[in-house]
Amino acid sequence: MPLARDEAVDRATRSPLAVGLVLIAVTALLLAVGTAVGSLGWEPLWGGADTARAILWEIRLPRSLGAWLAGALLGLAGAVAQGLFRNPLADPYLLGSATGAAFGVAMMLVLIGVAPMAADGWVARLGLTGAGFAGAVGAVLVTLALARGVQHTLRLLLAGVIVGMVFGALSALVMFWVPDILRSMQSFLLGTTGFLGWGSVGLLGVLLAVSVLVAIGFSPALDALALGESTAISLGIPLSKVRVGLVGVMALATGAAVAQVGLIAFIGLLAPHLVRAAVKPTHRWLLPLAALAGGVLLLAADVLARWLLAPQELPVGALTSLLGGGYLLWLMHRRPL
Amino acid sequence: MKAWLFALAVFAFAAPLQAAVKVVDDRGATIELREPPRRIVSLLPSLTETVCELGACDRLVGVDDFSNWPQQVLRLPHVGGLDDASIEQVLALKPDVVLLASSSRALARLEGLGLRVMGLDLKTLEDVRRGLVKVGQLLDRPGAEQAWARINAEVDAAALTLPARLRGTTVYYEIGGGYAASESSHIGEVLARLGAANIVPGHLGTVPKLNPEFVVRADPQVIMFSDRNLAELPARPGWSRIRAVREGRLCAFTAAQGDVIVRPGPRLGESARLMVQCLKGELKGRP
Repeated sequence: MPLARDEAVDRATRSPLAVGLVLIAVTALLLAVGTAVGSLGWEPLWGGADTARAILWEIRLPRSLGAWLAGALLGLAGAVAQGLFRNPLADPYLLGSATGAAFGVAMMLVLIGVAPMAADGWVARLGLTGAGFAGAVGAVLVTLALARGVQHTLRLLLAGVIVGMVFGALSALVMFWVPDILRSMQSFLLGTTGFLGWGSVGLLGVLLAVSVLVAIGFSPALDALALGESTAISLGIPLSKVRVGLVGVMALATGAAVAQVGLIAFIGLLAPHLVRAAVKPTHRWLLPLAALAGGVLLLAADVLARWLLAPQELPVGALTSLLGGGYLLWLMHRRPL
Repeated sequence: MKAWLFALAVFAFAAPLQAAVKVVDDRGATIELREPPRRIVSLLPSLTETVCELGACDRLVGVDDFSNWPQQVLRLPHVGGLDDASIEQVLALKPDVVLLASSSRALARLEGLGLRVMGLDLKTLEDVRRGLVKVGQLLDRPGAEQAWARINAEVDAAALTLPARLRGTTVYYEIGGGYAASESSHIGEVLARLGAANIVPGHLGTVPKLNPEFVVRADPQVIMFSDRNLAELPARPGWSRIRAVREGRLCAFTAAQGDVIVRPGPRLGESARLMVQCLKGELKGRP
């Protein structure tokens, strides 16, 4: 098919830097839109009165930035997962972190409900985000223990899937025993960007910077891994060290994002594919570009979620699934496999 | 098998006889019984309360796990949740009729097993009146209209105890997770009767999920919630600016008070009194 070859040439010659600049420009544009869309739909508040300024600075800006950062963490974790497991279907939730976080949040909700007094002490300081993060990291640790370390990729994958299912079942059981938490759990399970403040933005920003730097540090190893594990070893890549580092990045990035915004579907899977559809980069470029693409995707979904039915909010996770799934379907329709 | 025979038998013997009780429920299905039911299972707390309000509490033989009022229903067998009631247990209680929400998943199964079921959909004040009337017809008990009149009188009396300066107080009622009770929910209707101004308009649906910015902008004077998980509510971004948070006018209802308020049933008068207490600042929630 001549068309396909043209596209392949296009992708090979397109510069990753150009794609990155485009994504940064889109980010800036979306941030501007994000500060202009509120509970009344399109409503720029730049240079408004006191309340307007507060809404802009304390709600819209941190919320937009936070959504972008969480999406970027998921995009990065997705690219790491796909490289590490050498599987285009891998996503950041593969090690069980998503359902682990859900279980952590469910337990915390029960704890607050059962013992309201506890809500004043350490429970309040840990909070739902802390519980979500602890759950996510805990689930990954269980996966690692089950897989007896990171030596066998397949065992890791299998353990991750199983741990994910078990923690999912556990949080379903908690919801069954204490139905009072259903509504709060629902907003976690469907993803929500509505309650992101400057604290969350700071945390996500620091984590994104660290994760991107560490991941890029491992990018030569990921490139070598793409040629197969034995080739990577023969090229002198210290595989176990690389795996430990990358699993750590994945767990940290995913845990932080999930704890802050809930379960956001599809972004980690879609972002790396979007980048690869535009350009054929090595991992040094793919990782940051996937982060940028993930940020753009979640921020766009967040803006749409508050705009479409304002002042009501659509669940942002459902929106990302709908848009992401729609895009993949279109891609398959356009280029039959 | 036994159930089928039972259903057949009921059909064969009941059809030619004159039905003494004939009610159409909210699904549009007609429930015909030869005599008023003596064994009732209720799978919805507001329907349990409605049955007891009509003085037929002693006819209840089983209730769902959440039914906890009046006191005497606590002694009855609790047969499970609203959607996951134990079908076996319900069947074993041999009820003449099962009352439940028309959206309940148990409904079709129970009906398939040959039980008489009455599905009611209670969401608004008008639904509460209709529920009383229909359950009254089913039980062949008078007093539905009187009960409705008493509930209304109680709500009106509660409204009168609200000082004139507090009329028009702007209120935000959060059910949890960003979901609000709007003007068109039964909570919103009671608030309106009290003269309070709900910041969430009814055209958004009964329980819309709102952009948190909407609440900051509407700047309500009082925030009510019954969910313990909402202790973090004042810490949401920008919410410290809301008048209710600044002035500490947050009402955290207890679980028992929350039951009274969120159930569209015969305790609406008490619900109105609780909300008046909240508006008057007599119920202080932990911020």
